[in-house]
Amino acid sequence: MSLVELGATALLAELEAGRVSSVEAVRAYLERIDRYDGEIGAFLRVDRDGALAKAEEVDRRRRAGQAVGRLGGLPVAVKDILCARGELTTCGSRMLANFRPPYDATVVSRLQAADAVLIGRTNLDEFAMGGSTENSAFQKTRNPWDLERIPGGSSGGAAACVAADMAPLSIGTDTGGSIRQPAALCGITGLKPTYGRVSRFGLVAFASSLDQVGPLARDAQDTALLLEVIAGHDPRDSTSVDRPVPPYHQLVRQPLKGLSIGLVREHYAAGLEPEVEAAVREAARVFQSLGATVKEVSMPHSKYGVAAYYIIAPSEASSNLARYDGVHYGYRTDEQAMLAELAAEQALYQSAGTSAAEPDSPLVRLYRRTRSEGFGPEVKRRIMLGTYALSAGYYDAYYLKALKVRRLIRQDFDQAFAQVDMVAGPVTTAPAFKLGEKVNDPLAMYLVDLYTVSANLSGIAGLAFPCGFSRGLPIGLQLQGPPFAEERLLAACYMYQQVTDWHLRRPSLS
Amino acid sequence: MSLTREEVEKVSLLGRLRLTEEELALMTAQLGQIVEYVQLLSELNTDDVEPMAHAVELSNVFRDDVLVASYDRAEMLANAPRSDGECYLVPAVLGE
Amino acid sequence: MTTRYELIIGLEVHVQLLTRTKLFCGCSTRFGAPPNTQTCPVCVGMPGVLPVMNRRAFELALKTAVALRCQIAPFTKWDRKQYYYPDLPKGYQISQYDLPFSSDGCLEISDPKGRFERKRVGIIRVHLEEDAGKSMHDEAHGRADSRIDLNRAGVPLLEIVSQPDMRSPLEAKAYLTELKLLLSYLGVSDCNMQEGSLRVDANVNLHVYTPDGHLVPTPIVEIKNMNSFRAVERALAYEAERQFKVWQETGQRLGDVPKQTRGWDDVANITRPQRHKEESSDYRYFPDPDLVPVIVSEAEVEAVRQSLGELPAEMRNRLEVAYNISPYDSDVLVNQGQALVAYFEQVAQQCGDGKLASNWIQQDVLRTLKERTIGIDEYPVSAQRLAELLRAVRAGRVDTMRGREVLARMLDTGRTVDETMAELGIAQLDEAQLMALCKELVAENPKLVADVRAGKLQAAGAFVGQAKRKNPNVNPARVRELVLELIQGQSEG
Repeated sequence: MSLVELGATALLAELEAGRVSSVEAVRAYLERIDRYDGEIGAFLRVDRDGALAKAEEVDRRRRAGQAVGRLGGLPVAVKDILCARGELTTCGSRMLANFRPPYDATVVSRLQAADAVLIGRTNLDEFAMGGSTENSAFQKTRNPWDLERIPGGSSGGAAACVAADMAPLSIGTDTGGSIRQPAALCGITGLKPTYGRVSRFGLVAFASSLDQVGPLARDAQDTALLLEVIAGHDPRDSTSVDRPVPPYHQLVRQPLKGLSIGLVREHYAAGLEPEVEAAVREAARVFQSLGATVKEVSMPHSKYGVAAYYIIAPSEASSNLARYDGVHYGYRTDEQAMLAELAAEQALYQSAGTSAAEPDSPLVRLYRRTRSEGFGPEVKRRIMLGTYALSAGYYDAYYLKALKVRRLIRQDFDQAFAQVDMVAGPVTTAPAFKLGEKVNDPLAMYLVDLYTVSANLSGIAGLAFPCGFSRGLPIGLQLQGPPFAEERLLAACYMYQQVTDWHLRRPSLS
Repeated sequence: MSLTREEVEKVSLLGRLRLTEEELALMTAQLGQIVEYVQLLSELNTDDVEPMAHAVELSNVFRDDVLVASYDRAEMLANAPRSDGECYLVPAVLGE
Repeated sequence: MTTRYELIIGLEVHVQLLTRTKLFCGCSTRFGAPPNTQTCPVCVGMPGVLPVMNRRAFELALKTAVALRCQIAPFTKWDRKQYYYPDLPKGYQISQYDLPFSSDGCLEISDPKGRFERKRVGIIRVHLEEDAGKSMHDEAHGRADSRIDLNRAGVPLLEIVSQPDMRSPLEAKAYLTELKLLLSYLGVSDCNMQEGSLRVDANVNLHVYTPDGHLVPTPIVEIKNMNSFRAVERALAYEAERQFKVWQETGQRLGDVPKQTRGWDDVANITRPQRHKEESSDYRYFPDPDLVPVIVSEAEVEAVRQSLGELPAEMRNRLEVAYNISPYDSDVLVNQGQALVAYFEQVAQQCGDGKLASNWIQQDVLRTLKERTIGIDEYPVSAQRLAELLRAVRAGRVDTMRGREVLARMLDTGRTVDETMAELGIAQLDEAQLMALCKELVAENPKLVADVRAGKLQAAGAFVGQAKRKNPNVNPARVRELVLELIQGQSEG
């Protein structure tokens, strides 16, 4: 068995036993990246030298019997939306193509402190806005199971690199499903933690009340290992919760007794592909065979999730992205060209009198050109949508209304969790779609998030992992639990993965 | 309820974006479609529902008034599109 | 019958809170540092950074609101006010919109000279927000660029919005003076206008009373760029006349035209319209998802109330009663701040005469403080020494005029009252010496004696003057008494 097939937990055991060095492991992954990432495009940048240097340092310390961090020498890929001091952090945007933050995201600091080897930065939809990773300004990422198909998004690179064994562990972010959906479409395990479980400091904000950083890995055990490292209170994030971090990696193997699982009646409506429904129902039967009770629950407001989400998320985004104005950092338009353009407009305005629109001031035009050139179409669409929803006269009808519906959705979950420990359901209505299939239909793209946005709106935890295949493409199961139920979700997933092998399947790459 | 081109143009100025004629037409159609979809919410009566702005119920999170060293100016200005080594530079903002 | 009008003024004051660090990060708030040397990724709004609120800033804000007798909201949240400007790096200002932490307070103003009636100015709201940076444009050199300094970005500001309760520039100035005094008593701000730690904008319109008995409100104008209290007074006076002229010319009423913003030009002594983009007023406020709400209990508010200490209004009343001084005097003293009042109280108590202490402090001590531009804590004569001097004055050991000489000398030498009096040769004459001197004077001045007998009592003053020329240490009051006794004695004899 090749090193890259071991998975994080097993590889860590080899490293700790001294049977494998971190340098060997990192080399194996780098070779794998060299061989396959040309066609998959999961990585935006691979830090070959940095990774090997770190691996050597960890090996040296381990050999000398010195302390080594929790991830001692394991490669970890990081989505290119978490800041790392002095390193490019692009968010998949032209706007930040040359941006080097002078600070580390808390998650990055925690990974470094745990002696993770940060192997490279993964591709994403620009500013994490999208569900296919087609919105990256730099490259497309392909699904390792079918290169004609999307890997999901926005953490498409993060999921694809794990699915193709180019990294054992990967950090993603999830605002409306951006970890769970690509994990499902790539056949791996991905967790959106409870809001406040992982620090958002240094995570470039898309929608602050929904964003959460989380782990992607091969299975529940590896996911638990990575969560254990990144979770915890951060005084630099006011929304981070001060609550002890359980030893997830140890707890994941403890079987849950008397587990009760709810199937949400409203999930099985028109639009859900029969193969996906069949796989989800079969997974429920597997849980029953493991001793769990399964019953139907109702979440009457679930169908409003996408509508509420596509008001709240763009509203917050329109505000969070206002800072990209070309003044203090990031892209700025060509000022000479801008001034020439304005001079020409001014001349026209004066000759045409009132028939032409008055040109912008140089400053306003600097902003508008900078932002129109720096952002891609999806980001602009969301800025427009959010700006509209918050503007005078529309706030109550859209934004405020959405916040109220958000409360109703959360109440649905609270009521469900009063009856069952967790709810199980699909992650997406269908397996991965083809590249380009939905790029011209934003609404269809948004509806892909149907099953995932509610967890973000509610702030609860959601875990996705493979539960079957349809025409050779992975199908994901989602378990959602109450706030801070990560250990139970992971333990349930572990139980399932002990008796199934979906998570062990690998795409055949040539 | 759909949006007019003029509304979309106004929103683009508010959001400091500048759309070409073609983009404006496409945006008007797409936003109209999305706005129509989100009207779905209006069928719910939410009169007695408290808005939920945060996903977590925390309050009174403070830091102490303790000085932390500021960043080196050169490091802060390193990402500036244009600076004179002391300040960020922008086209004159007179009268705005 | 001529048309009358009333000036309606509401003030919006921004004060910088006296914290060490900014509202959301640990950068210093010190004034005057080289540009962009007090910044970090948080106050420059770099991608991914998050604000964490300064506890001290909130405490100071709460203290102020309680002192202004505001209602304190049990639940308050933070909102983003969105607009684009190069000195606003995030593209929004963190402020408070629909749920400010306090509202409905008041501040009492009065004029010791009685030029307006004592009144309560309502406070609509007090809220906490962050400051923006500074845009600098070098017009003189015709430079095409503006330079942005973000040292000030994120500094904590308190916005205090008054009701339109003021009716004259004088009342507006009194409000500002009283507010500034209150803030300095509370120790929440240094209110230095030059350094921008106190800024004032005014909302002004007129209530025109037409000859046929109608009241017509005119459109509200916001005035900015007033850099001193004096500028506020002048700008308001100017606006009253200007707006009345506009009313006469156009007849425009409130609601006919959008609110106008004008800037005060301190050199030209006029206000000028400021450019105002219609769309910029759509601030798209919404709750900041990066900050959590603040909940304040009744008990916490009460604890703050208990901790306020004596505020200026209470202090004025107490001084008037305790030391039997006039409202004018107590006002002058209290307006000088707590340290001076403490000095006054020590002097008054130790010399046993509040009125005397008040006079000496207002006339002599304050003049010296002003001349030397020092505070009372740097004044060279301690309260104890001044009280000693005033006891000597009261006992007639030294008269007021010579007492001033003593004080002036003590300022420079730092010696005691007795030492200084000795140095100046001030030794009280005994009764026999004084009697001899008075007899001499009576004998030498038959004309004055005749005047006194004729009932011209002011002639007695001339004896006092002559006595002082013969011996500067005489007690003028006693001289007067003795001379009158002698003259009366002669006539009876």
